[in-house]
Amino acid sequence: MLYRENGQFKTSYRADQQMLPILQDRIFMGLLLLFVFAIAPFVFSDYLFLSILIPFLILSLAALGLNLLVGYCGQISLGHAAFMSVGAYAAYNLALRVPQLNFLVVLILAGLIAALVGLLFGIPSLRIRGLYLAVATLAAQFFVDWAFARVKWFTNYASSGSVSTATIELFGWQINSPVRKYLFLAAVVTVFAVLAKNLVRSHLGRAWMAMRDMDVAAEVIGIRPVYAKLTAFAVSSFYVGVAGALWGFVHLGSWEPLAFNITLSLNLLFMIIIGGMGSILGSFFGAFFIVALPILLNQAPALIGVELSTAMASHLESIIFGALIIFFLIVEPQGLARLWAIGKEKLRLWPFPH
Amino acid sequence: MAMGSTGGKSIGGEILGLKNISLAFGGVRAIQDVTFEVREHEIRAIIGPNGAGKSSMLNVINGVYHPQQGTVTFNGVARHDVNTHEAAVQGIARTFQNIALFKGMSVLDNIMTGRNLRMKSGLLAQAFRLPSAEREELQHREAVEQVIDFLEIQAYRKTPVGRLPYGLQKRVDLARALAMEPKLLLLDEPMAGMNVEEKQDMCRFILDVNDQFGTTIVLIEHDMGVVMDISDRVIVLDYGKKIGDGTPDEVRGNQAVIDAYLGVSH
Amino acid sequence: MKKNRNLIILFIALAAGLIAPLATGAGSPGFYTEVLLGGLMAGVLYSLVALGFVLIFKASGVFNFAQGAMVLFAALSVARMAERMPLWVAMLLAVLIMVALAFVIERLVLRPLVNQDPVVLLMATLGVTYLLDGFGQTIWGSDIYEINLGIAREPVMILQSVFQGGILINKDDVAATAAAALLVILLALFFQKTKTGRALRAVADDHLAAQSIGIPLNRIWVIVWSLAGIVALVAGVVWGAKLGVQFSISQVALKALPVVILGGFTSIPGAIIGGLIIGVGEKMAEVFLAPIAVKAFDLAGGGIENWFAYVLALLFLLVLPEGLFGEKHIDRV
Repeated sequence: MLYRENGQFKTSYRADQQMLPILQDRIFMGLLLLFVFAIAPFVFSDYLFLSILIPFLILSLAALGLNLLVGYCGQISLGHAAFMSVGAYAAYNLALRVPQLNFLVVLILAGLIAALVGLLFGIPSLRIRGLYLAVATLAAQFFVDWAFARVKWFTNYASSGSVSTATIELFGWQINSPVRKYLFLAAVVTVFAVLAKNLVRSHLGRAWMAMRDMDVAAEVIGIRPVYAKLTAFAVSSFYVGVAGALWGFVHLGSWEPLAFNITLSLNLLFMIIIGGMGSILGSFFGAFFIVALPILLNQAPALIGVELSTAMASHLESIIFGALIIFFLIVEPQGLARLWAIGKEKLRLWPFPH
Repeated sequence: MAMGSTGGKSIGGEILGLKNISLAFGGVRAIQDVTFEVREHEIRAIIGPNGAGKSSMLNVINGVYHPQQGTVTFNGVARHDVNTHEAAVQGIARTFQNIALFKGMSVLDNIMTGRNLRMKSGLLAQAFRLPSAEREELQHREAVEQVIDFLEIQAYRKTPVGRLPYGLQKRVDLARALAMEPKLLLLDEPMAGMNVEEKQDMCRFILDVNDQFGTTIVLIEHDMGVVMDISDRVIVLDYGKKIGDGTPDEVRGNQAVIDAYLGVSH
Repeated sequence: MKKNRNLIILFIALAAGLIAPLATGAGSPGFYTEVLLGGLMAGVLYSLVALGFVLIFKASGVFNFAQGAMVLFAALSVARMAERMPLWVAMLLAVLIMVALAFVIERLVLRPLVNQDPVVLLMATLGVTYLLDGFGQTIWGSDIYEINLGIAREPVMILQSVFQGGILINKDDVAATAAAALLVILLALFFQKTKTGRALRAVADDHLAAQSIGIPLNRIWVIVWSLAGIVALVAGVVWGAKLGVQFSISQVALKALPVVILGGFTSIPGAIIGGLIIGVGEKMAEVFLAPIAVKAFDLAGGGIENWFAYVLALLFLLVLPEGLFGEKHIDRV
């Protein structure tokens, strides 16, 4: 009853093509944005911001980036944290050596540098496919790990190899409290999500999906595989680079080279498998899941009166992650996003069973 | 300029020529020294027993396979190695025997990919959905809707193609090819697996395409009734060699063709 | 052909890299040989893990990312069980455990995903990795454990008459090489001479055809995964004796991936040769190349061996997208 499209006739293609064609969806999105920007800052605790929402927002952005490459364009990448690393170190060096730059400019430039590096490592995808490409992307991961650990210029000759960042200042506004960090990130992520949604709805997005579904047929239709693959790598790395810069500056504050290791790469992959490949919404679901699960595992045993050592908790985390990956791949390869869509379809019919 | 046998249609000069094409995969010789031409606005059928090399022939025409020998001349330009993308740019479109549709997308999106060649807005314009990008999207949506109307699949636009029955999927495959506004349309067994009514519909569509848009059509088909009915001229392949070339009546009486189909050993 | 020319250039570059330290006198002949032998023996260990990959991929087309985790799991089982019983009993039990594991994986993970994209299968085995990691450490604990093979750990000097000062080699490395060689010979005999081996080769060639002549696909897959499990066991015991059984073994096992790239996913000799190339290349790069790079670029230390294998694999792939011995991939439209 609530969620019906009846009566919502579209009389123009423009209306049919808008991002949220169903009225209820628009209302929902409006309410969500209202909550995110106007209500949450006053209602949520600092702890919630710092341990869940801030990492969630940044990792959603990274998952979004990876999803564009893997979920929409069908190119596997096992080493994507390397591009987060590039973004983070690029932003660090820019902020350090060109202090007059506005932080937003730093972010964009860091993203562009990451995009360039991503493009470079994307070139093998033109010759190499599938599993071979997966191993090739590992080269990116380990090489970048090494470069930032050994090439001293990147860390400004720090003896410990770690770098730390100053508080971000934007238009005279110090982003130093959890609430401010949250608002800043929410704004950035919202904008980037809209841009991503626009891209996947346009002809570039369709070219990506065509490459994913059947690249030989795509070529026959006139889609250029080189352009499609390289733009996917570039845009994906841009997003992930910006996420990396945000991770370093907003969430971590200071980091050492192994902060962006292969575990993070694999976590990003899990986020989009569980959340839903080829879905913008899914990236958010997956990121939230990966962020919330460890915390849940830490709190839940205490709540039900069971003792769980930290080591055991982390083993349990591994087991649950592994089991869920397998579960989702077998039962619902399109992840939580698909479950959400199914839920909406049921809601369309509610209260009727079918 | 010869007048076609179907009243009212004017068939032009040569638009596609294949000379001495030979194609082999390792030890398998798929096509052996085949030469033929296709004239503008005509419907040319390629027939022959299974494994005769018909699909490979289409693949050579639009560059998916590169023949070891021979040249392909399209619109006056001769090439030894056709580049698939260029073939698309020059106006060659095709459908596939196994319906190579993009299973992850809706019918509408699948057909829209046929317009990709003509959509020029840049990456940033698309990301920010600038007015110019929006306008281009709408303009091509219009073109695609015309194809949808033409093939009568309006009800299915938003359905994911994987969910459609086989006959409709074949129609979407055709729609995607038509969205490219091709000069030459290659159809690989467009009626395979269809029942009588679906075949009649498909025949009607193919004839309409040829009639209304003047598109030259090369089609592979097993149903002899269809072939005799709608094609202007026919080529017969057997074991990779050409054994017949002419109007349907000429080919029907050709002894070599009859032998090939009846399986006389040679 | 252009491709062959690139391949030849690559090989010449590799050969040059191999001979350079000797030619430039960066180390004495004795030292060079030591490094070379060390590299070869490390390579053998990589080949062992890669063998497991190849076996599974050959027979079922699955890229078993979990091979490293299987190695660790096997090693952990042996190490812990050996604390309470003789080593050989522990190893026998471990064989049983690995076979049981193979059953479970085939049933629960592979069978439901039978017709999916290889990338989906890869990700499923990624899930298996995580499962095995957590599960293994839950059962067997997460400290560093030892496997005592009864072979002296101290290195031994040999060939003192040929090279000045002799060459240092590790006895356990020699044992590892011997074990690997034995395993390869046994596998080769198995594949060529036995009925099951023939069946495995048939399945590797064409699933459907094999099925149609009555070869039970599921049972074959269990056999293959069990074999891979046993190979993982040997690799785990050998690695574990050398390094101690710890989590880093699965990281090391990741290195087997470039090996499989070089050798091709479906070739056993390829896994061996690929492993040797990677092992030697890595050692050479770290010992001889790293100091030069550190000086030239003012680096904070070496560590080239962390990425050398992968970059080498990448370069190979650019020239030969199917690996050295892999099969060509033809798209049918």
